[in-house]
Amino acid sequence: MKTIKNIFNFYLDGFRNMTVGKNLWIIILIKLFIMFVILKLFFFQDFLGSKFNNNQDKSDYVMEQLTNPKK
Amino acid sequence: MENFDLSLVDWSRAQFALTALYHWLFVPLTLGITFILAIMESIYVRTGDPEWKKITKFWMTLFGINFAIGVATGIILEFEFGTNWSNYSWFVGDIFGAPLAIEGIMAFFMESTFIAIMFFGWNKVSKKTHLMATWLTAIGSNLSALWILVANGWMQNPIGMIFNPETTRMEMADFWGVFFNPNAVNKFLHTIYSSYIVAAVFVVGISAWFLLKKRDVIFAKKSILVAAIFGLVFSLLTIMTGDESAREVAKSQPMKFASMEGLYYGTTNAPLVAAGILENDPVKENPEKKDFAVELAVPGVLSYMAFLDTKAFVPGIHDLVHGNKEHGIISYFDKIERGKVARQALTDFKNARKDGDKAKVAALTAKFKDKDFLDNYFAYFGYSYFDNPHDIIPSVPISFYSFHIMVALGGHFMILFIVVLFFLYKDKLAQMRWLQWVMLWTMPLAYLATESGWVIAEVGRQPWVVQDLLPTMAAVSNIDSTSVMITFALFFVVFTALLIAEIKIMLKQIQFGPNTGGH
Repeated sequence: MKTIKNIFNFYLDGFRNMTVGKNLWIIILIKLFIMFVILKLFFFQDFLGSKFNNNQDKSDYVMEQLTNPKK
Repeated sequence: MENFDLSLVDWSRAQFALTALYHWLFVPLTLGITFILAIMESIYVRTGDPEWKKITKFWMTLFGINFAIGVATGIILEFEFGTNWSNYSWFVGDIFGAPLAIEGIMAFFMESTFIAIMFFGWNKVSKKTHLMATWLTAIGSNLSALWILVANGWMQNPIGMIFNPETTRMEMADFWGVFFNPNAVNKFLHTIYSSYIVAAVFVVGISAWFLLKKRDVIFAKKSILVAAIFGLVFSLLTIMTGDESAREVAKSQPMKFASMEGLYYGTTNAPLVAAGILENDPVKENPEKKDFAVELAVPGVLSYMAFLDTKAFVPGIHDLVHGNKEHGIISYFDKIERGKVARQALTDFKNARKDGDKAKVAALTAKFKDKDFLDNYFAYFGYSYFDNPHDIIPSVPISFYSFHIMVALGGHFMILFIVVLFFLYKDKLAQMRWLQWVMLWTMPLAYLATESGWVIAEVGRQPWVVQDLLPTMAAVSNIDSTSVMITFALFFVVFTALLIAEIKIMLKQIQFGPNTGGH
């Protein structure tokens, strides 16, 4: 328990005493928000996952694409 | 080329290239500067000289800025695999999944733990523990690159797998075969060593700025000493691994090799074009056509580079397209026919399964395990998507120039490190303003060189995503190209903003200099 508390305090003190790092964390959080909330959610859905429920259907679809491509 | 939407293929390629090139602006500095930091901190721990602690902390702050801005930019590439390249992702899933999963886990645990100790641990953990964390951050970030490059190496030279028609997937048959793929080993070493040069040039360049400003001269000279020695050592190792890489490419990707040297017609005692200007793209059948308007060629060197024999025959683009019986080279025309046989077998398998014809399914499943079929037909599966062999030639000008830019700049960096170390040794560096300017302006050239390396690696292997097995056009998802255009624009804006942020924060921090301290 004491070890966990020490690790927690180590990180807490580290974040508190940051100078340049604070601005960087703001950039990191904005970037992660854009990537995971905007891009991933609205633009980058898993193509096969969103169309098919199981691996057999995914496999059949890719087989069709490879043997008879109609793009 | 069948019914492919080439606009979709081109936009998907452009988007992937954009994100990969931007991602690679951040990565090489991280790979290299962490080792430079570890060396600087080792000197501090060994000597106890506080100047070295100050030096380490300054460069550590710049590393932190680069790391923070660049972190997770690679994840976007994984988004693209799932959305834009679903055929590819499914086809290679089993081979690609394992290295990427290991990379993700290693990167997360090593980086989150040891980077935290590196930045937050000054005066909180012992000097030796802190030093160990710095070394482990360097090793951890480089091991992350290892797994990505193992996956990439497999795409360039697919070995250690079997194709399962039942799942339409490549399945791992030999993990160590994939791991020790000669293409991957050379690629990993060449990539990390050249990244170390980028980091060394970065440290030398910024230190030169301090010399130009006549500020923190001792700090700048000490930084240059470490970085220039580091850069020189890895310049030599980069040449060695580049040489090995070229030999491997000549063997497993002869078209890429011919393209990067602009070799249209194969020959024995093949010359290495040290420098040249391509006149035109003579893939048409005209033996009289000139390849180069100007060229500086060294006879026999290309043969030696490829096969360690100055008399060896190096196939040119024409030989690969039309074949060369004397040298046992199968033509692309023949490979297209063999690929079509393999694809027909897969189509028959699909139809037999649909019809419930178990005997035929069993026979075709056995065929996909038959060595003769695998070696002589399935090995050329990807060629089946082409009718015209000239569509299987990468852009020769892009391949040629990117390769030669990379090599020429690599030579420039090595000479620069030698000159800088010489004048540092003579204690004249602080007075040589012209050299300081060269050092400073070499920084963008280091990025140009490393990006050019990726351009030759990736453009040079076109039209393949998996060499000989899956062409780029068959790998894309059947999605609307408009959405790819929109996300291309979004990425361009986001990544450019990140790059501007990085440069601005870094410039501000550099102006503060090494005496401010703090992260």
